[in-house]
Amino acid sequence: MALLRKLGFYLVALFAAVTFNFAIPRLLPGNPVDILLGKLTVAGPVSPGTRQALEVLFGSDTSTPIWQQYIEYLKSIATGDFGVSVTYFPTPVVDVITSALPWTLVLVGLTSLITFIVGVSLGTVAGWKRGTWVDSIIPATTILHALPYFWFALVLVYFLSIQLGWFPLSGGYNVRTSSPGFNGPFILSALYHAVLPALTIVVSSIGGWILGMRNMMVSTLSEDYVVTAEAKGLSPRRVMVMYAARNASLPSFTGFAISLGFIVGGSVVMEQVFSYPGIGNAFLLSVQNNDYALMQALFLIITIAVLFTNLIVDLFYSVLDPRTRAHR
Amino acid sequence: MTSEIINDSSAIREEGVDDLIRPREPTSSDGRLKRLLTKKFIIGAVVVLAIVLFGVVGPFFSQDPRAINNIGLTPPSSQHLLGTTQIGADILAQLAYSTRGSLIVGVSVAALTLFLSAFFGILGAYIGGVVDDAFSLFTNVMLVIPGLPLVIVIASYIQNKSVFLVIIVLALTGWAAGARVLRSQTLSVRNRDYVLASRVSGEKTWRVIAVEILPNLLPVMSSGFVFSTLGAILAEAGLSFVGIGATGALTWGTMLSDASNGQALLFGAWWWFAPPGILIAILGAGLSLINFSLDEVINPRLRVHKMPKTEKKVTAS
Repeated sequence: MALLRKLGFYLVALFAAVTFNFAIPRLLPGNPVDILLGKLTVAGPVSPGTRQALEVLFGSDTSTPIWQQYIEYLKSIATGDFGVSVTYFPTPVVDVITSALPWTLVLVGLTSLITFIVGVSLGTVAGWKRGTWVDSIIPATTILHALPYFWFALVLVYFLSIQLGWFPLSGGYNVRTSSPGFNGPFILSALYHAVLPALTIVVSSIGGWILGMRNMMVSTLSEDYVVTAEAKGLSPRRVMVMYAARNASLPSFTGFAISLGFIVGGSVVMEQVFSYPGIGNAFLLSVQNNDYALMQALFLIITIAVLFTNLIVDLFYSVLDPRTRAHR
Repeated sequence: MTSEIINDSSAIREEGVDDLIRPREPTSSDGRLKRLLTKKFIIGAVVVLAIVLFGVVGPFFSQDPRAINNIGLTPPSSQHLLGTTQIGADILAQLAYSTRGSLIVGVSVAALTLFLSAFFGILGAYIGGVVDDAFSLFTNVMLVIPGLPLVIVIASYIQNKSVFLVIIVLALTGWAAGARVLRSQTLSVRNRDYVLASRVSGEKTWRVIAVEILPNLLPVMSSGFVFSTLGAILAEAGLSFVGIGATGALTWGTMLSDASNGQALLFGAWWWFAPPGILIAILGAGLSLINFSLDEVINPRLRVHKMPKTEKKVTAS
């Protein structure tokens, strides 16, 4: 029952995101169709059918009622038909996405997970050693937390790429020496290119985890059951991990689910700095080129990814905290 | 963006609800104020005030931030304390105007965000029933839809954006986290005896909310305000950086965007791209310090006592 409720909620959220996607261009002033056709005529002659197709997509076609447009729109999304990209004309939007998705998924997914685990562990220790010199690192983490993602990326590029020449300036792999595929040179090159983007994500998001976890640890450690555990003579390590940290980490898990949206958003801007060939870069390119079909599809993909991870964290949460599954 | 930053501490605050409801020792507002004035708070306030002062007064004394001169990309000198941009504009002047621009965006978005989150959070929790269900469903949906991508989508459809429009869009996409915190706080406050008493005695709904409930939520709201300000400044900077911020405005984000487009990195013009980021980081640190102090007032358990454990237990119980 609880599971159904959760699934229901995420379906509603997905529905809302799809509806935003449908409604935003129709509610806002300006006509995307004219902008787009202007772009297309530069590339070559445009058939009258294209105009009509675009009008259906953006709702400037007044001959069909709005609810009918909406149904058409839902139908095309359900069948995975997102149209043709203008930026990468004439590649279908779906192909653009499938080639960009793995880059972001591996880079952003892995680094955020690592950052979360490391940050929460550090926070646990910092909270355990409250009132000692460890407290003095707290102000430093807040500065990290307040750094704009992309600015930190710029600074890294300036020092490590331009001044020292240790890392490549931009891109996802070396185009000259390797080609995408499952081979040694490519993987090494991709890893090499991922160092700076990964470092950006780690440094600018780890502060929040350390701080949040540390504060929760301090609160939890003043609970009676922690004192009881200590009085029983359990090893400090066991008290710290099994008694305090397990409870203290619960809000961090909720925070992780919610912050995914933030990480994805931040990485959109970060990918721009590094010209990383991922979803974020494609997203911004589509925005700059008024490639609305690609943009809408990418927004949907990003939203679905965030919703999906939220759902997983949600399910995982009830394993972690037995109190949340007791309702019958 | 805006909402997510609040969240790290909002989770903690939700846990701290109990402390707010049952203060362990009787506190007057006087005592609270005294507890707020810690070293952290004073340092934070001084830093923030200094930046605000720079933004408010700076533009009156600076040179023309949009001047075009043939002394492009000169390093700092006595003429231009922070050097010049590619087209020869004085960077100190740009920085002063940008500080003003970014602060205006931050504070206005935070104010709007506070209003929206108070509306959806407090009203929903107070009325309860179907309204609460609908409001909290709406809040949670807005919370899980990624904010910055949504802002980018909205912004991309509008060709010429005013600062006002950017403020509206950021507020509309950033209120949800605050609303959730306020909702959980209101839920625990609304059934307290004195609130019930005032309802029974026939007070109007708005008066019960404004006089009986709001004062209890003030600490949470003020710390939410502080974080929304920072979140909005960061979000605006990100938007401007990718080139879809307010057109023609001067903010920290547009400065960074100009610096990036002007190849400041390749030319080694650190005096161009470093100052805006450093100011954002310093302002963020100052605001966070203020928020720590607020958090410690809200949640007494966060205060670290340096006394032996046994003694602490005795005094607490």
